[in-house]
Amino acid sequence: MNPHTLTFPKALVTLVAGSLFGFGLSLATMVQPEIVISFLQFKDWGLMLVMGGAAGMAMLAYKGFPRWFAHPFLGGQFLTQPATWSRQTVMGSAIFGVGWGLSGVCPGPAIAALGTGNIDILWALGGIVLGALAQGLTTRE
Amino acid sequence: MTLSTLFPLGWQHYLLGGLTIGAGVALLYLFNGWVGGMSSVFSSSWSFVSKRAFFQQARFINTRNWRLVYALGVVLGALAWRFALADGQAQHTSVPVWQLLAGGFLVGYGARLGNGCTSGHGICGLGALQLPSLGAVLTFMGTAFLTANLMNLA
Repeated sequence: MNPHTLTFPKALVTLVAGSLFGFGLSLATMVQPEIVISFLQFKDWGLMLVMGGAAGMAMLAYKGFPRWFAHPFLGGQFLTQPATWSRQTVMGSAIFGVGWGLSGVCPGPAIAALGTGNIDILWALGGIVLGALAQGLTTRE
Repeated sequence: MTLSTLFPLGWQHYLLGGLTIGAGVALLYLFNGWVGGMSSVFSSSWSFVSKRAFFQQARFINTRNWRLVYALGVVLGALAWRFALADGQAQHTSVPVWQLLAGGFLVGYGARLGNGCTSGHGICGLGALQLPSLGAVLTFMGTAFLTANLMNLA
């Protein structure tokens, strides 16, 4: 069976997990491009705490859960998503950083803007949607 | 150097927000076994529309449903924050439209080319102790620092 199959209980958990993600982003003011840009200009180091806190929790999950439990609670398997180091990773990340520095917006906060009612950021969301399309159309795989 | 020079707006909400984001990522893994980066939804959702082989890859087709539900959750979580803690006020930004649009395009193109964004590499990749993700984070932090400071000069 496809380990990604979306059963109703799994959909519910996914919705709650996404909600925590969106609530956390908003609480941490990462949904405000001005705050992100002030970090990138070395005026406020808060983003380090956000990323550090989130990555710390993620580490606990990715390293701990597969040791403590045989399977995820709703079945399937603990999947991994290995990152690769390639020219594409470097180029893509470099381009992503330029866009992030220019707009103060990254994918999570762009989606969250639909909830915070920040319609200005819909420009960035539209840009991301088109950028992802352009990437897919220009990549052979 | 004191806490208030590093964090002029306070530090507690940053840490608490980060831990909450991480709790969402952990919950998705504990119950479903899935790695919840954010930028993939922008490629996987195009598979509903484009028949192009790139978008029809198994990694997008298989995950496109839950990634949309996950994104919907992000919207609901942000909405809950707005009505619980921000008096229901709609937020605004003074970043110029051209920067949002052009920056967004580069964010979408670059995150998908590099297979991850601030959450995919920065939270999930670093959390899984993956060296390539550390390289990706250092790369995008570097170009973002440069860009934001150049914009400040301009």
